Amino acid sequence: MSEHEYVPKSKAAKWFNDRLPLLTLGAHLTDYPTPKNLNYWWTFGGILTFCLITQIVTGIVLAMHYVAHADLAFASVEHIMRDVNYGWLIRYIHSNGASMFFLAVYIHIFRSLFYGSYKSPREVIWIIGLMIYLLMMAAAFMGYVLPWGQMSFWGATVITNLFSAIPLVGDSITTWLWGAYSVDNPTLNRFFSLHYLIPFLILGLVVLHIWALHVPGNNNPVGIDIKKPSKDTVPFHPYITIKDAFALLVFMIIFAGFVFFTPNVLGHSDNYIPANPLVTPAHIVPEWYLLPFYAILRSVPDKLGGVILMFSAIFILFVLPWLDTSKVRSAVFRPIYRQFFWILVIDVLMLGYVGAMPAEGIYLVLARVGTIYYFLHFIVVMPVVGYLEKTDPIPMSISEPVLTGGAEPSLARKVNDKV
Amino acid sequence: MSKEEKKVNRRDFLFTASYTVGAVGVGAVIWPMIDQMNPDKAQQALATTEVDISSIEPGKSITVLWRGKPIFIKKRTSEEIAEARAVKLDDLPDPQKDEDRVKEGKDEWLVMLGVCTHLGCVPLKNKGDFNGWFCPCHGSHYDVSGRIRKGPAPTNMEIPKFEFVDSNTIKIG
Repeated sequence: MSEHEYVPKSKAAKWFNDRLPLLTLGAHLTDYPTPKNLNYWWTFGGILTFCLITQIVTGIVLAMHYVAHADLAFASVEHIMRDVNYGWLIRYIHSNGASMFFLAVYIHIFRSLFYGSYKSPREVIWIIGLMIYLLMMAAAFMGYVLPWGQMSFWGATVITNLFSAIPLVGDSITTWLWGAYSVDNPTLNRFFSLHYLIPFLILGLVVLHIWALHVPGNNNPVGIDIKKPSKDTVPFHPYITIKDAFALLVFMIIFAGFVFFTPNVLGHSDNYIPANPLVTPAHIVPEWYLLPFYAILRSVPDKLGGVILMFSAIFILFVLPWLDTSKVRSAVFRPIYRQFFWILVIDVLMLGYVGAMPAEGIYLVLARVGTIYYFLHFIVVMPVVGYLEKTDPIPMSISEPVLTGGAEPSLARKVNDKV
Repeated sequence: MSKEEKKVNRRDFLFTASYTVGAVGVGAVIWPMIDQMNPDKAQQALATTEVDISSIEPGKSITVLWRGKPIFIKKRTSEEIAEARAVKLDDLPDPQKDEDRVKEGKDEWLVMLGVCTHLGCVPLKNKGDFNGWFCPCHGSHYDVSGRIRKGPAPTNMEIPKFEFVDSNTIKIG
């Protein structure tokens, strides 16, 4: 449990560990003191690691059968589905795996927002996490292009054309991205190359993400600093590993439900039509996990303005630790912020919904209202509420509310005050 | 000693020279890595295409592929030309006369890149509020001259470089 100096038991292990302290690292990871009050929202780190490994393994296998050529790509994907042994299973795991990956990452991000995990001293963990999120979006977008169906082609066209909004050099940049004068075979080829690269970049960032986490240690539902190791912590193994494993199992059941019962429900049927550069599908929609940003893009009646706002919606998250002025981390003790948090959740869900709808009438109005609130939340609500809000009393330690038997930590504090 | 420190010595010169040569070397290696992504010779070779337009009836249009992009070739009726020319320039987000979008003396022929200037979708013909084209992706309306009238697209649909080889053939590019 304690971070004592690790000494390998056998002589051979000691010999090796003196030369490369892998065993010390292993001991650190097993003994790593973890807050004992972590709830199930904290299991998504492990779930995300599982998602990444699943995508890498299934992706490597798919690449053995896929052909990255504009004339052959669509047929090769059908070949995987019909001819390759278990090809259908591997492809459905990979395509649904992307959705499950995003589902998990959104829960993970909102967990961080609720419990203030992005705040000092964990800003670097947060920023690395956002870099992972950006790379995930790039990987997912390029992966969606590879089957070379109608949605692949036109999704690629719309997204790469976002860069043409850049003044002066925009068109040169788009041509450079395409390697042609439109989305074409060179584009498909390079997207395949980059789609294979990005997961390994993510893997590297995940190592940094966990490394940065292990410096201050986990945040926790009450959001207070804890001494570690102490009676407030438990060793990572077996306490957290078993909890993570249980959550992962439940997650895998949902995952398998999609793969085996509704493998195409999250995709778009137009992507089973081969790419045709002469015909744009009537409704172009990105994958569900990009819809809120798509709604923000479409809410602006100006090309450059829409692109700037869409990218700002992501990049504003990078300065979040400095926009939040509250000293209290966890929203459990922040009665006002807590309500705004749920408004933000509803706002993002609503943006996702209108992003899938045609950009007209009531949907356009909702998209604009949603976009305005999204930015107000971060630029105005977070600094102002953090400054004005009267927070509930926070407990002295994790053990205190638990051991005195109070369900609400704040109640426990009052009990203690009487004593 | 302090006097000597201020003087530029042999070592300072070597540092600066090394960094400079290093930077030039890195740049010389990076540029080919970036430029290889630009359109290659095979792509550039597709730069021109000739189209037979003899079979197009007035009021009808055809779509041909040029450099992987659709080109709309429309033979406009005299009413359509009159409609395009009656529009006041003040009503246009990207003011351009219809006369400047066609070849002089060939006013019926509208040859343009069938690509929405917003995010690159292909607009649908005979749709939208202005009797021209409508882009289904994000709702841009173009008039009968291919000029943007309403919606997020910033500019009119582009007119590619083209010429009449003879009265029945045009060369695009």
